Amino acid sequence: MTWFWEFVSDPANWSGPSGIPARLLEHLTYSGVSLLLAAAIALPLGLLIGHTGRGGIVALVAANAARALPTLGLLVLVILLIGYGVAPVLIPLVVLAIPPILVNTYAGLRGVDADLRDAARGMGLRGPQVLFRVSIPVALPLILLGLRLAAIQVVSTATVAAFVGLGGLGRFIVDGLATKQYPSTAGGAVLVALLALLVQGIFTVLQRVIVSPGVSGRVPVGKAG
Amino acid sequence: MITFEQVTKRYADGTVAVSDLSLEAPTGRITVFVGPSGCGKTTSLRMINRMIDASSGRILIDDRDVRGVDPAELRRGIGYVIQQAGLFPHRRVLDNIATVPYLLGWDKRRARDRAAELMELVGLDAGLASRYPFQLSGGQQQRVGVARALAADPPILLMDEPFSAVDPVVRASLQDELLRLQEELHKTIVFVTHDIDEAIKLGDSIAVLRVGGRLAQLASPAELLARPADDFVAGFLGRDRGIRSLSFVPARSVRLRPVTTVSLSADVDEARRTARDAGEDWLLAVGDDGTPRGWVSPLDLPRAGTLAETPLLAFGSYDRDADSLRAALDAALLSPTGHAVALDGDGAIAGVATQRALSEALAEAAALTAPPPRPVSPGLRPDASGAHRDGEHAGGVREAPPGSMGDGREASRG
Ligand SMILES: Nc1ncnc2c1ncn2[C@@H]1O[C@H](COP(=O)(O)OP(=O)(O)OP(=O)(O)O)[C@@H](O)[C@H]1O
Ligand SMILES: [Mg+2]
Repeated sequence: MTWFWEFVSDPANWSGPSGIPARLLEHLTYSGVSLLLAAAIALPLGLLIGHTGRGGIVALVAANAARALPTLGLLVLVILLIGYGVAPVLIPLVVLAIPPILVNTYAGLRGVDADLRDAARGMGLRGPQVLFRVSIPVALPLILLGLRLAAIQVVSTATVAAFVGLGGLGRFIVDGLATKQYPSTAGGAVLVALLALLVQGIFTVLQRVIVSPGVSGRVPVGKAG
Repeated sequence: MITFEQVTKRYADGTVAVSDLSLEAPTGRITVFVGPSGCGKTTSLRMINRMIDASSGRILIDDRDVRGVDPAELRRGIGYVIQQAGLFPHRRVLDNIATVPYLLGWDKRRARDRAAELMELVGLDAGLASRYPFQLSGGQQQRVGVARALAADPPILLMDEPFSAVDPVVRASLQDELLRLQEELHKTIVFVTHDIDEAIKLGDSIAVLRVGGRLAQLASPAELLARPADDFVAGFLGRDRGIRSLSFVPARSVRLRPVTTVSLSADVDEARRTARDAGEDWLLAVGDDGTPRGWVSPLDLPRAGTLAETPLLAFGSYDRDADSLRAALDAALLSPTGHAVALDGDGAIAGVATQRALSEALAEAAALTAPPPRPVSPGLRPDASGAHRDGEHAGGVREAPPGSMGDGREASRG
């Protein structure tokens, strides 16, 4: 902890392209872009297979296989294939983020009571209306859980960018190790951990705001009637 | 009117859930599908709103084949209520009820006003409007389910065991509520249940199905009780159908005799005198408003005091115009005198039905409801080739006993 204080109280660490703000921004950019890409792939796919119930097994097996891939190994592999750059960093992070989003979205939709969907159809909702007006709102807690797990993993793992010469908070860790400046290493590690906690907090708030109280069972006092 | 024309449903695995079903559910009436578990009731019902498509045959709504209508459009015009109300957990009660109006593109204000109107109609407290479904009791959820089905005022209502998940007391009140609503709304209702008593209580006509979705009998409740088509139907109706069929015989036919009454404020001597003068074994004590309070036997009176201070014997009463013979009999059984007190519409005493008068009425009823001599006429055997033609009599009663259908139903509700 003292290392951490030593690290954050050094004014030199707060300015310039290798200061904390710049590194943090880089880190957030890699994480954010990866997460968005992963969500853009996994959410629609998860919704589709969860809603139709078709192709579920194939997608889940693929997702689990992807989980088993070591991120660093994948990173090296991608660099060997396409060279250095931002893309080789994003690809492993996207691969890392897809499984939790896909699996939880799928599980969330499959978990929606069949009678409920049946009632919705029986009232004249069409397939997409059933999905967007009933299934998604009801499955939202699990969908958000998947996004949260993905976000935390990505934020924690985005440190790998530093191994291939890119920025992000990983730089502090890698450079600190290389030069035996342990306050930097510790500082970087703690910042990453704090960021993960922040992500957790953001999702908790998000959950409160967008999940219906009727689904979460959390009803404001006085409105319960 | 909903017409099934030789409808068969064979599922992908080869199960024949419904075979060659032909019947009509008349407009503005309640038609009940009843039968043992797995006999194809739900399948038959869901073919009407195309939640399931028939393998062969046709289903017509007012002479229009449902297969020619887009399923979602079709369903928006047909109310659908299922056993586990199927409410949307993420929406408040009011918005749940307004589901179909929203789908039909009503503006939010109008849809919600309509939803509030329906809450009142189905007997839901307006304070529940902003609750979520998990905050409601099972009975309240079912009411919301019914309100939601009625929201866009569809002419047809399909109900699949809507009341079977609630306790008997709530179920009875939901059934009463449905009958009251129906008197107001005159929907064409198809109601599925496996409970024959519910079928008899609610149905204008009852289709008894046997496993494989074959129609065993289609008849009014009174007709069904009086003349079950075969042993399967008789067995399904249960043991005391003779007694139950009395629900469809109006009590109006029971001959009444006048009764000697005595005021509660009278003292015992006056009561004894009244009984002696009238030559009666029993006096009916009445309150100041003229309503019966209990039987008095002059022999059992204490030495002094007013009748208000003496214990009275229990009495049973029935509404002479609205009640059934079954209610009159029940009223007689409730009293140690064996007499039933008949009241007129205003609750005033019209007279008493003695045991003798009741037996006479029973004998008359028995003559009317007795099964015709065997063999059963072909029209009553839907398994025979006459099945389809029989179906066209949906709800109709041949050789109807007086008071079946129309007024018989009234009688059962009294
Ligand atoms: N999707 C399906 N695939 C195959 N068979 C089915 C399917 N749905 C129902 N069945 C079968 O069809 C028959 C009729 O089923 P249905 O649900 O219509 O019965 P039901 O009269 O409503 O019974 P219950 O009173 O138990 O609700 C049953 O034998 C059932 O197993
Ligand atoms: Mg069923």
